[in-house]
Amino acid sequence: MNIKTMAEYAASGETPEVLFWVGCAGSFDQRAQKITKAFATILDKAGIRFAILGKEESCTGDPARRAGNEFIFQMMAQNNIQLLDGYGVKKIVTACPHCFNIFRNDYPELGGNYEVLHHTTFLQQLIDEGKIRLQEGGSFKGRRITYHDSCYLGRANNIYEAPRKVLEALDAELVEMKRCRTNGLCCGAGGSQMFKEEEKGNTRVNFERSREAVATGASVIASNCPFCMTMLTDGVKEEGREDSVQVLDIAEIVARQLGD
Amino acid sequence: MHLLQQLLFIIVLVAAVYLFARKVRDIRRNILLGRDITPAGTPAERWRNTLLFALGQKTMFRKPLVGVLHFFVYAGFIIINIEILEIILDGALSTHRLFAPVLGGLYPVLIGCFEILAVLVILGCAIFLVRRNLLKIRRFTGHDLDGWPRSDANYILITEIALMLLFLTMNASDQVLQSRGEEHYIATGSFWISGLLTPLLDGMSNSSLMVLERACWWLHILGVLAFLNYLPYSKHLHIVLAFPNTYYTDVRPKGKMENMPSVQREVQLMLQPEQAGSEPPADGIPKFGAKDVPDLTWKNLLDAYSCTECGRCTAACPANITGKKLSPRKIMMETRDRAEEIGRIIKQQGKFEEDGKTLLHAHITTEELWACTTCNACVEECPVGINPLHIILQLRRYLVMEESNAPAEWNMMFSNIENNMAPWKFSPDDRDGWVVGS
Repeated sequence: MNIKTMAEYAASGETPEVLFWVGCAGSFDQRAQKITKAFATILDKAGIRFAILGKEESCTGDPARRAGNEFIFQMMAQNNIQLLDGYGVKKIVTACPHCFNIFRNDYPELGGNYEVLHHTTFLQQLIDEGKIRLQEGGSFKGRRITYHDSCYLGRANNIYEAPRKVLEALDAELVEMKRCRTNGLCCGAGGSQMFKEEEKGNTRVNFERSREAVATGASVIASNCPFCMTMLTDGVKEEGREDSVQVLDIAEIVARQLGD
Repeated sequence: MHLLQQLLFIIVLVAAVYLFARKVRDIRRNILLGRDITPAGTPAERWRNTLLFALGQKTMFRKPLVGVLHFFVYAGFIIINIEILEIILDGALSTHRLFAPVLGGLYPVLIGCFEILAVLVILGCAIFLVRRNLLKIRRFTGHDLDGWPRSDANYILITEIALMLLFLTMNASDQVLQSRGEEHYIATGSFWISGLLTPLLDGMSNSSLMVLERACWWLHILGVLAFLNYLPYSKHLHIVLAFPNTYYTDVRPKGKMENMPSVQREVQLMLQPEQAGSEPPADGIPKFGAKDVPDLTWKNLLDAYSCTECGRCTAACPANITGKKLSPRKIMMETRDRAEEIGRIIKQQGKFEEDGKTLLHAHITTEELWACTTCNACVEECPVGINPLHIILQLRRYLVMEESNAPAEWNMMFSNIENNMAPWKFSPDDRDGWVVGS
């Protein structure tokens, strides 16, 4: 697979259909890199002309802003907008709901206006348009899958259906946790908690959520966020169920089921 | 005697309305201590929220049983006010059941409906008392409610039951007196509920029934007026403020965070100094984030006064569920307490003088603020459109930008973003490392 950067597209005088904003977790976190690769593979198979920013990409500023450091957020955001506008970017897809949210809701006020899609919505569109086809049967056939709503896709942006529709396209049994959709429980990483220890309490938020997910009897926990991925994977380990319960991003699930 | 009662009634009524109006003015002033904001969205979108959430109580029905019971109490409360109008007019004009001759056959039907509502209110309040005091429901056992707030809730429920019982007893004794042809007690036809209660009062003489009827009438209306004046000191103020609060609630996606134009401009000047000449200089040194009540927006303060401390936010808060100190309900309660505190200072001294205390630290600790995952569960849960998260984020901004008081790991994260363009200490050159082998 040949993944081109915006700079390479620009050099050849072409414009890609969409920019794949990889995000910091997707770029550096070893587990999240697999999600990135899975999604890039799907884009490639679907024949989407996409680009990445490569070394030019940088943090959106989200963790700084939610932690209270507006200066760093503004620096990152304004530099990013300059870069994106410089390449004439119109449409962005990202596999991180935090990046998605900040592009969609916070950048426009600073002058950054783009059509932004979360990868689960993008995947649903690809399936609906017939650009990708999921195999009958396959490795998820008859398995029980539970879906974890990330806060920044769910409550923050009211996207509950697209990821579920993608999962419904599989030959699997989708079960809901008691706290789902608008009632979904956070994985514990949001608001920059990912980058610090939790305050003192009875348990960790990710343990609480993972216990709930494991209790559904699902053998796959589907997530849509690299931070949820880290938190839930740790939580499943804490439950001692890492051998029988997998935490997978929706992009990874789709990539495994891709038909020809 | 009649004249004396009439006079007494008018004095009490005027005094009650005056005292209520004075307290309302104080609350208005306290809310307007907040900085000004223009609510986003069109009036049509906001009216929709008011109709859906305040009038229609949409969020309440997420818990269907509680939603229905609350609807009884709410509908009862609003509709019975029509009966209060008659009672007030009777008191002021020294009449008895003024509407009866006017409405004719409709009158007993109307009163019958009120009585059914009264029974539903009693039922609802009784079940709520049981839920609050006997069942161990987490959001009612939380320490946020220790002391006055817990009593406040019980006083309200008990008062509502008492008022409804007085109303029914008044009607029942009236019905007996009517049946005995007592002059002054004009025949209205049978009331649906109190008509069933009359056998209980059969043994009483006419004179004691008249005393009972008058006592209930007076206690009921005095209770209502006292309750009116209790409202502004109580969490129960939500019955009024739910309406403006849902109207002014932000209609944009919950993931949107308030921009800081002062910081935006500062950074712009730093990144594009060529614009420095054309920009007008900032007026004064802006303060970053919120330290005290006047730094918050008036909507945050309206939120605080609209909160009825139901605790749905805290019950849904992931930090609270896992035993952290953060409780969104407490954030709202502390904000209201501090606004009241500042209001008292203004009342005593004519203006607000620093009193060595602030909302941040004295009322809300850093440990609470750091624990928030910004998951918006509290915002989603609130039946009247309160946003505790907005307050938390403004206080965090003050801590980080004015006090440089962030957890060490966050300071590391900040410097990583600044230097490495990622929250972790990776080289920007490795950002596309995943492409190799893809």
